[in-house]
Amino acid sequence: MASIPEDTLPPRAGPNEAARPLHRVIYRHTLPLRIMHWINAICLLILLGSGLQIFNAHPALYWGQRSTFDRPWLSLGAIQTRDGKLHGVTAIGTHRFDTTGWFGVSKVNGQSTVRGFPAWATIPGPQWLAMGRAWHFFFAWIFVINGVCFFAYALWTRHLTRDLVPTRRDWRGIGRSILDHALLRHPHGEEAARYNVLQRLAYLVVIFFFGGGVVLMGLAMSPRMDSVLGWLVDLVGGRQSARSIHFLFAMGFIAFFLIHIFEVIVTGLGNNLRSIITGRYAINAETRDETDT
Amino acid sequence: MKLILSPWLKKCCPAFFQNAGSGTRPDPASPDQADGLDPRRAIHGPRHPDSEERPDARRRFLRDALALTGAVTLGGCDKLSETDWAPKVLGSATALSHAAQRALSRNAMAREYSEADISPVFRPNGSTDPQSSEYRALAANGFHDYRLNVGGLVAHPLSLSLEQLRALPNRTQITRHDCVEGWSVIGKWTGVQLSRVLEMAQPTKAARYAVFRCYDAMDDGSEYYESLGFDDAYHPQTLLAWELNGKTLPIPNGAPLRLRVPRHRGRQRRLLGRPGLPVVRRHLKEWARSGCCEKSGHGRPWWIGRTDDRLR
Repeated sequence: MASIPEDTLPPRAGPNEAARPLHRVIYRHTLPLRIMHWINAICLLILLGSGLQIFNAHPALYWGQRSTFDRPWLSLGAIQTRDGKLHGVTAIGTHRFDTTGWFGVSKVNGQSTVRGFPAWATIPGPQWLAMGRAWHFFFAWIFVINGVCFFAYALWTRHLTRDLVPTRRDWRGIGRSILDHALLRHPHGEEAARYNVLQRLAYLVVIFFFGGGVVLMGLAMSPRMDSVLGWLVDLVGGRQSARSIHFLFAMGFIAFFLIHIFEVIVTGLGNNLRSIITGRYAINAETRDETDT
Repeated sequence: MKLILSPWLKKCCPAFFQNAGSGTRPDPASPDQADGLDPRRAIHGPRHPDSEERPDARRRFLRDALALTGAVTLGGCDKLSETDWAPKVLGSATALSHAAQRALSRNAMAREYSEADISPVFRPNGSTDPQSSEYRALAANGFHDYRLNVGGLVAHPLSLSLEQLRALPNRTQITRHDCVEGWSVIGKWTGVQLSRVLEMAQPTKAARYAVFRCYDAMDDGSEYYESLGFDDAYHPQTLLAWELNGKTLPIPNGAPLRLRVPRHRGRQRRLLGRPGLPVVRRHLKEWARSGCCEKSGHGRPWWIGRTDDRLR
């Protein structure tokens, strides 16, 4: 075994900081949390793909109890011009956008096809409603069971109260945290060992508002469940409203997913990935000094 | 977890380990840091955590990871959907959903709406104009020769004309119809409660389900059917309806007689007739198999499908 040359070692800590090593590895995510994170990631991916497949069966959304077919608030439709060409038209309220290739009309096996979301985004790819439903409801159960397990675990281990609920100090520093995020100045060193306030709020909103909401709105779309959840359906304004909100929560998950992936990359892809796979997360106090000076 | 993953990860995405090593205090005993076999290292000296090859490796890893995820999820799901076993596994969640819904909703009533909520047009769906000669003949005669036949596991097989059905105590309800595609319409339905017809026929103790054979045709021209458990069949809002919004049921909406189950998503459930409504012991799981999960038919769940010779 070769010995390590001196210059591969990180710079030594100053004598005044000798008590706390600049570089250390903490055990950030416990095994159950890591497993639940990845189960959740797979569920969300499949729920999204199969959800878009189901949406494609009637690619329009309404508010209220019933569909107002001539006045959807969102529709991914298609028109055929005189030369026979298909154009995808996305309508939001009274605004219409040509979204050929993406929404309304997209290529399936090289053929321009009328469909809401494109085949690459749906599970399964071809228009196949019942199979999309089969995928959706199977993974919805896993999503719910996993979510319940997470909640119980997070309460039991105090992960929720200790790591996710912002502290008083967090709330006081929220302005600075927003500014730091906007300037892509991320916490380093010891500050990175804990979730920052925006991170905490984002996780809480996604888990409880989006996660809880998307499940409740899914249940509110079931005619059978409506016989006992009528209050919930009325609360949001009707079954078609529930379908719209279910869709909006799904879009919220996509927004979260994009920001999540972005933050994972810019704050150290390798380190972050390692921590959510093996649990080990490296704290690098030296980097903080570099950025701060 | 780590022990299992590490060798695999090291093989598949070395970039993962390159990055993971940065920022940690190198352990002289760690083989990651101590293998002196990398030729680049021999020439250019030890690899520093911040050497410029990292972004490339990172990008490569990211690209590979994205491509892999995409291929595994989307392509994988498509391939799985075509197998015999995967749809069965996925379908197993349906039993769980049914059990949960039964336990939670029991005999709760579907919401009934007011006249003001009725949709201007009750959008038809599925087969809107059956073309079989038998159906055309019935329609030409205003469905006077139509008979609803109830048979199977019943003490008193029935054959009822529309006039006989109309003479039974009937019920009018304004309920919402939720299509499997996602849209909803609200309509006023008048008909006889299915429970009344079943009470007349007196199902035997072994009977558990009602099967509805329909004039609607499947994509391949075969007959469409659905089966309904007795808990739903005896629900007070389950109707055999002949009137929609105060008018005789039009052909596109399911003339002459249509099953309405407001607590179910409504797909077709229309035009029952012929020797319809056999009362049976079991769901038509095995009969449905031939019609299940075929692409052209949208891959239907097992409680609906097309009938075959065993039922005819």
